Amino acid sequence: MIKVSHLTKTYETKDIKVEALKDVSFEVNDGEIYGIIGLSGAGKSTLIRCLNRLEKPNSGSIEIDGDKLEELSEKELRLKRRKIGMIFQSFNLLMQSNVIDNVCFPMTIAGINKKEAKSKALEYLKVVGLENKANAYPSQLSGGQKQRVAIARVLASNPEILLCDEATSALDPETTKQILTLIKDINQKYNITVFIITHQMSVIQEICNRCAVLENGELVEENTVDELFRNPKTDAAKRLIFNTTNKASKLYGGKLLRIAFEETNSLDPVIANMILEFKQPVSILQSDISLIHGRSKGQMLIQLPVDEKIANQMIDYLAKNDSVVVQEVN
Amino acid sequence: MFDSSTINMILTGILDTLIMVFLSTLFGYLFGLPLGIALFAFDKDGIKPNKTIYRILDILVNVGRSIPFLILLILIIPFTRLIVGKSYGTMATVVPLTVSAIPFIGRMVESSLKEVDKGVIEAAQSMGASNFTIILRVLLSEARPSLINGATICLGTIVGYSAMAGTVGGGGLGDIAIRYGYYRYDTGIMIVTVIIIILLVQLFQAIGNKLSKSLDKRKNI
Repeated sequence: MIKVSHLTKTYETKDIKVEALKDVSFEVNDGEIYGIIGLSGAGKSTLIRCLNRLEKPNSGSIEIDGDKLEELSEKELRLKRRKIGMIFQSFNLLMQSNVIDNVCFPMTIAGINKKEAKSKALEYLKVVGLENKANAYPSQLSGGQKQRVAIARVLASNPEILLCDEATSALDPETTKQILTLIKDINQKYNITVFIITHQMSVIQEICNRCAVLENGELVEENTVDELFRNPKTDAAKRLIFNTTNKASKLYGGKLLRIAFEETNSLDPVIANMILEFKQPVSILQSDISLIHGRSKGQMLIQLPVDEKIANQMIDYLAKNDSVVVQEVN
Repeated sequence: MFDSSTINMILTGILDTLIMVFLSTLFGYLFGLPLGIALFAFDKDGIKPNKTIYRILDILVNVGRSIPFLILLILIIPFTRLIVGKSYGTMATVVPLTVSAIPFIGRMVESSLKEVDKGVIEAAQSMGASNFTIILRVLLSEARPSLINGATICLGTIVGYSAMAGTVGGGGLGDIAIRYGYYRYDTGIMIVTVIIIILLVQLFQAIGNKLSKSLDKRKNI
């Protein structure tokens, strides 16, 4: 279990002081996939780097499986870090070593003999589907393959926790999906607790159980992914979920509505029915319905007619429908 | 064109130059490599930042690099005598050459190590690697092509310095070129020795480039 309490981190240069983290507290349970989402500069990277103490927080405490990181000696910290794997946006493989030596590296650090390390490394490469690339060099691999090697390397240290620092941000959507599936698989297979930071809501939706929203160094909202998606409370969360710039649509002046579809009801023609009922056009600005956790879920952004009265009636109409959650967007 | 004694002299000169250059590069790296690693490690962005130690090393290296070789050569004669037992001859030149190469090599090594991707070092730290492991398994291995390039540059530079060996009665091609060409106006010998020096430097550079390239695994094959 990861227990973060009142974490604060400030960067100070000669003339500016940046508060990267302000009193951040949260808990991640064993075996959970926990996500933190936020825009660039929100403090995500600082936060995840505090979790293995690549970054030293100014105050606050991080407790991992009963050990307070700030109380560990340098040597104890090194041993602790072996139980906390990390993968990175830029993969960070040893470019001058081949794939199998990369995977062997953490085992070398742990003092496992070469022969045993090699055979174990091959096993982990099999888990990530790259056993045929054992003798290739990282420069010969694609981004997705590099991240797979990085994951195999993490597995080699037999970790209890996996930290993912924007691990899929450099990958295309298809590869992202594959890597996330792999992370989920190892989460289940090895019961590894996963902590993810990302700026992509799709990543959170794809694999996280719970997530938190980080804005300007503050943890502003925390919930299960389903609930956060259905009913985001803070502006920061809304911005990340709606993922839209409404400047163009503002020109028309009509109200913007976000409709979140619940469970399997996405199949009902809610919008079409409403249009038939009111005989008034609405514009669909954005629609995204997808399969998440095996259920059809999604959201839609529509613009109502300029006529305020009809617009309000439409909102009432939608509010009565149990299968959707309606929110006005500004 | 030349009589056999001249040819013999030039052949001995080649041998002397090779001995001086390789020995001083070797000894230079023996001390310069750890120095370069220390400069990298103690730097404020290094793996064990220490302002005071870095400052001291930095100044020492700068001072070492500033002293003109000819002056160093004479300045450290007592030290040379202590090490090789005499203050003249080819072997005696190896000492000042090494001393002047150490800070130069230190800087070269430092700059090679700085090219290593910070992310890879961080990944190793996140795995719980000690600084010793990081130096041995990450830094030196990842910087290998660049370190070899540095060594090549170093060889070339020391060839140039070795020409001043004659001042303390050392041999080598540079000494021959100065003695015959500069003091005796024997342009023939001078041109031949200078050409041989150029060929030597070319050869070192070619071998170094090839080695560095063939050991670099970053390229797509």
